Amino acid sequence: MAETATGRIPGHPRPRPRPRFDSRALTPYWFILPAVAVMAAGLVYPVLDALYLSFFNWKIATPFSKAEHVGLANYVRMLADPDVRESLWVTIRFGFWTITIEMVLGVALALMLEKPIRGASVFRTIFILPLMVSPVVVGLIWRYLFDARVGWINYYLGLWFGIEPQVWLGVPDLAFFAIVLTDIWQWTPFIFIIVIAGLQALPSEVLEASRIDGANWWQQTFLVKLPMIRSILIIALLMRLIDVFRALEVMYIMTGGGPGRATELLSLHIYNRAFDAQLLGYASAIAVLLIVIVFGLSAAILAHGNPMNEKTDV
Amino acid sequence: MQAERRLESPAAVWSRYGAIIVLAGICLLPIWVMVGTSFKNEVLIFDGRPVWFFFVPTLDNYEYILTRGKFDRYLVNSIIVGTASTFFTLFFGGLCAYALARTEFRARRFVANATLLVRMVPPAVLAVPAFAMVTMFSLKNDLAVLTFFYTALNLPFAIWLLFGFYKQIPMEIEEAAIVDGATAWQVFYRVLLPLMKSGYAVAGIFAFRIAWNEFILALLLTGRSTRTLPVGAAGFITDTGVEWGRIMAMGTLIAIPPLVFTFFAARQIISGMTAGAVKG
Repeated sequence: MAETATGRIPGHPRPRPRPRFDSRALTPYWFILPAVAVMAAGLVYPVLDALYLSFFNWKIATPFSKAEHVGLANYVRMLADPDVRESLWVTIRFGFWTITIEMVLGVALALMLEKPIRGASVFRTIFILPLMVSPVVVGLIWRYLFDARVGWINYYLGLWFGIEPQVWLGVPDLAFFAIVLTDIWQWTPFIFIIVIAGLQALPSEVLEASRIDGANWWQQTFLVKLPMIRSILIIALLMRLIDVFRALEVMYIMTGGGPGRATELLSLHIYNRAFDAQLLGYASAIAVLLIVIVFGLSAAILAHGNPMNEKTDV
Repeated sequence: MQAERRLESPAAVWSRYGAIIVLAGICLLPIWVMVGTSFKNEVLIFDGRPVWFFFVPTLDNYEYILTRGKFDRYLVNSIIVGTASTFFTLFFGGLCAYALARTEFRARRFVANATLLVRMVPPAVLAVPAFAMVTMFSLKNDLAVLTFFYTALNLPFAIWLLFGFYKQIPMEIEEAAIVDGATAWQVFYRVLLPLMKSGYAVAGIFAFRIAWNEFILALLLTGRSTRTLPVGAAGFITDTGVEWGRIMAMGTLIAIPPLVFTFFAARQIISGMTAGAVKG
């Protein structure tokens, strides 16, 4: 903090003591109060409430006062529940395939296309379109493309490869493939955009130096560029991982989680348990599991540094 | 190697452009399928053979949506919730980001970390408590609830983004104002706010987009008269049979505002998206 009073002009009254809120130490709290209050009531309280509800057996459409306190029964049940386990497994498999493919594709494309080109802004605009469209709309579009009767995918597979029409969203493995493909379409551009921003921000001297030292393209890519953007790659990966645990809208529209539980990611599983099976308390216990996972991953991001923690003065 | 860098062969340049155009095509194709299908009649859609461009367009689907459904109601609801939650997000988030970026106080570090953490709260976790709250106080037909939750969901990211923008403004500008005798409020309102226009624009686009696109909370927290557009669109599936033409028309209309934002502010949106990972 630059607290030294500089440039006192002789004969002038002493300038007001450097205010910058030090003299009114409460002012910053007034500034943050509204936002903190809304986040506390709208995000923190629901999380705590979910924790509280997880100790009850509460059915939808009955008053909470009639709900039975069951202690840890919901958690005991959850740990032994094959459906929860299956949903968790679906989420992990979904995360593995989507994130692996998105990272490899996104990084490869960024490396291929990092050089400035004409019309870059037009292409960049097009690339972020899948990210801007509502997940509901994304789900609707791909549900149509994968439709067994009128879908375009069946038509072209038949036309080009002679493959019989498939009931894509009605067969477990195919439905899983469908939601993976949809996610890759929607999110590869995100990785691409982030990685290309990171590559273009690399200091050109370093790349120049490695080139002068005789590094070939492979060496330059894998020994210089990628290591230099490593933290960007890790944060992108963690952000995607968290998104996988938050995702439910696209699957809700495309398959509703079915057939069976083949596409029921953990978030969707909670939703279905709460509002389909109508077990609010049990769903809350699974929600607590989800929040533990997500906060664990978030802590990993925080460990990489929170820019808002930087010292306030430049 | 050097030669390759300075002067690429035409083949290399062409293949690069070729790759980019293919990629752009992949991004655009599904969106075009939606727009195209929305202008097709049922016979054409259920024929099963994709028609890309050359068909006789019809406005029947749009006419149906705009006149028979409750589209106008959903639209008004979406606009109210979207603008109101965006306003509160920018107002509250701006004040908070300003304090975090410019002042030192005891809870600063805690607030900064907690903000990042609550940004990750999954909507599915909010679902049950929010639903319980709404049914307990019978608020199902009140758009204020949805506005409140969207504001809460949007605040962490908005604070994060605006924090970065405040950081870019040199301290000297404020110090000059303070020396001239401006109060804290005047510094914020008269000096900083005008410099923050583009920051608020980006944060506003993100906040509005989330509120406009959100589905699951809207589905749970709204009743017959308070539904938003995504909920209305999803309703077309559960009706008897899937009416693809009408669904795609609805989807196209929902997609318009985000697409317009993208075309006018792609650069700023990208800077917002990369802000989380790429510093500077």
